[in-house]
Amino acid sequence: MRSVREAARGMRRAPLLSGLSITAIGLSLFIIGLFALTAHNIDEALTDVESRVEVVAYLEEGTPEEIVSVVRSEIEGFPEIEDVRYVSKVEALYDASRELTEFSDVFSDLEVNPLPASLELRLREGSRTPEDVERVAERLRGYDFVEDVRYGRAWVDKVSSLRRIAGGAALALGGAFALGAILLIGTAVRMAVLARSREISIMQTVGATDAFIRRPFLIEGLLTGVAGGILASGLTWIAWWTVNRSLLELQWLPDLWVALGMILAAAIGVLAAGRGVRKEIRRIEAL
Amino acid sequence: MIQFRSVTKRYARSAPALDDVSFHVRKGEFVFLTGPSGAGKTSILKLIHMQGLPTDGEVRVSKYSSRKIRRREIPELRRRVGYVFQDFRLLEGLTAAENVAFALECTGTPKARIQPRVQRLLGQVGLAPRARSYPRELSGGEQQRVVIARALATEPVVLLADEPTGNLDERATTGVFELFRSIHAAGTTVVMATHDAELIRRNPGIRVLELENGALVYDSLAAGTVPGAPA
Repeated sequence: MRSVREAARGMRRAPLLSGLSITAIGLSLFIIGLFALTAHNIDEALTDVESRVEVVAYLEEGTPEEIVSVVRSEIEGFPEIEDVRYVSKVEALYDASRELTEFSDVFSDLEVNPLPASLELRLREGSRTPEDVERVAERLRGYDFVEDVRYGRAWVDKVSSLRRIAGGAALALGGAFALGAILLIGTAVRMAVLARSREISIMQTVGATDAFIRRPFLIEGLLTGVAGGILASGLTWIAWWTVNRSLLELQWLPDLWVALGMILAAAIGVLAAGRGVRKEIRRIEAL
Repeated sequence: MIQFRSVTKRYARSAPALDDVSFHVRKGEFVFLTGPSGAGKTSILKLIHMQGLPTDGEVRVSKYSSRKIRRREIPELRRRVGYVFQDFRLLEGLTAAENVAFALECTGTPKARIQPRVQRLLGQVGLAPRARSYPRELSGGEQQRVVIARALATEPVVLLADEPTGNLDERATTGVFELFRSIHAAGTTVVMATHDAELIRRNPGIRVLELENGALVYDSLAAGTVPGAPA
């Protein structure tokens, strides 16, 4: 209890420096928060897209439906396959004219249906990696009556790499800011230690342990960190709310991520304070 | 109790503060450490208190040796070795009682035991009526008594005092010195650094260690005489 009181006193003694430290942690985690928000929403979108990953096998003109039906049940036996849907030429034309309304005239004027029949395959969750898709496609190409195999994996990969870039940028930028925050908090705590150097020297003289002397300063670091974490969460929430309201619908971060962010903020605070206080305590002792 | 074996202490880029000093203080002894300013008196007290380790040689205090002591053992040692400064070093924002209580809080004394102990300590140094006074409201002699009470808080077996009467007038000096004598009489080993020749002369029964330029030049125990005492 005494340590908490001392920590609060330390923060009140140098409000500007404490404020700066809190802002520094807050900004560094805000940057991480923004990227996390982006990454999380890309993730969500990707999961959605991935669940619809389809491999389409276009069939040669005139492939008898009985053969298709046999092959279809064979394909359904592939371990990667969730389900298989047969789309006949007629259905393909119907789907096309429904989805591409601008061209409905063109479709209705056709004398011959140019669209091929196809088998649309959905893959099981966990079997949607580029390798899985490629393997399935390869097996499909092995059938004589399969004219062509198409899949939309390429752009899924592009989105994936975009997400990795966002994550990397968040770590680099956030890390740089966090380093700045560590230096600032270190300075703030060292000043707090300096302001109490007489007290600390007396503590050392009467036989207080290092841990006892350090505790209030570590708590000051912890409080600074937590305050920075709250600031960062608040800023991130405001950014999310603004975008959500005016631009596009985004999901808020999972609770676990927010909790991890707070723990990170607290850890940065304690780490920086520990660094500062250790140096100063040794210096005071040597006087 | 306290043993110096060929102790040399050198601070960065200066002549050695102590040069090959050896002596032994037994349990329950009272020793004056004397010599001109800069002779090494404070260096000896600091080494006994393990504020820094010798550059060469060994300091032993009770079961602790400067060669083997670990950093986390130093607080234990300091609770057994009280330290009184010439310049008091009281916390200005705390009352006499709070200054003494501070030492007890810092060393983990349970809260319920602090108040009675503070009262007893202030009574022991004759300051019970001034418990609620702040340092600035106390005379030099009274402030030094608070410092002594604080140094006794952890019930040390050794009490070190660095020129404890240096800032006091004659009357206060006598009073504070008598206090040290009574603490010694109760069984505590006392090592007092002083350059007050008069104080030494008036107490011929007390052992004197004299330093000059970091070297021990006189030990009344070895010489069998006391400097300044009538021949």
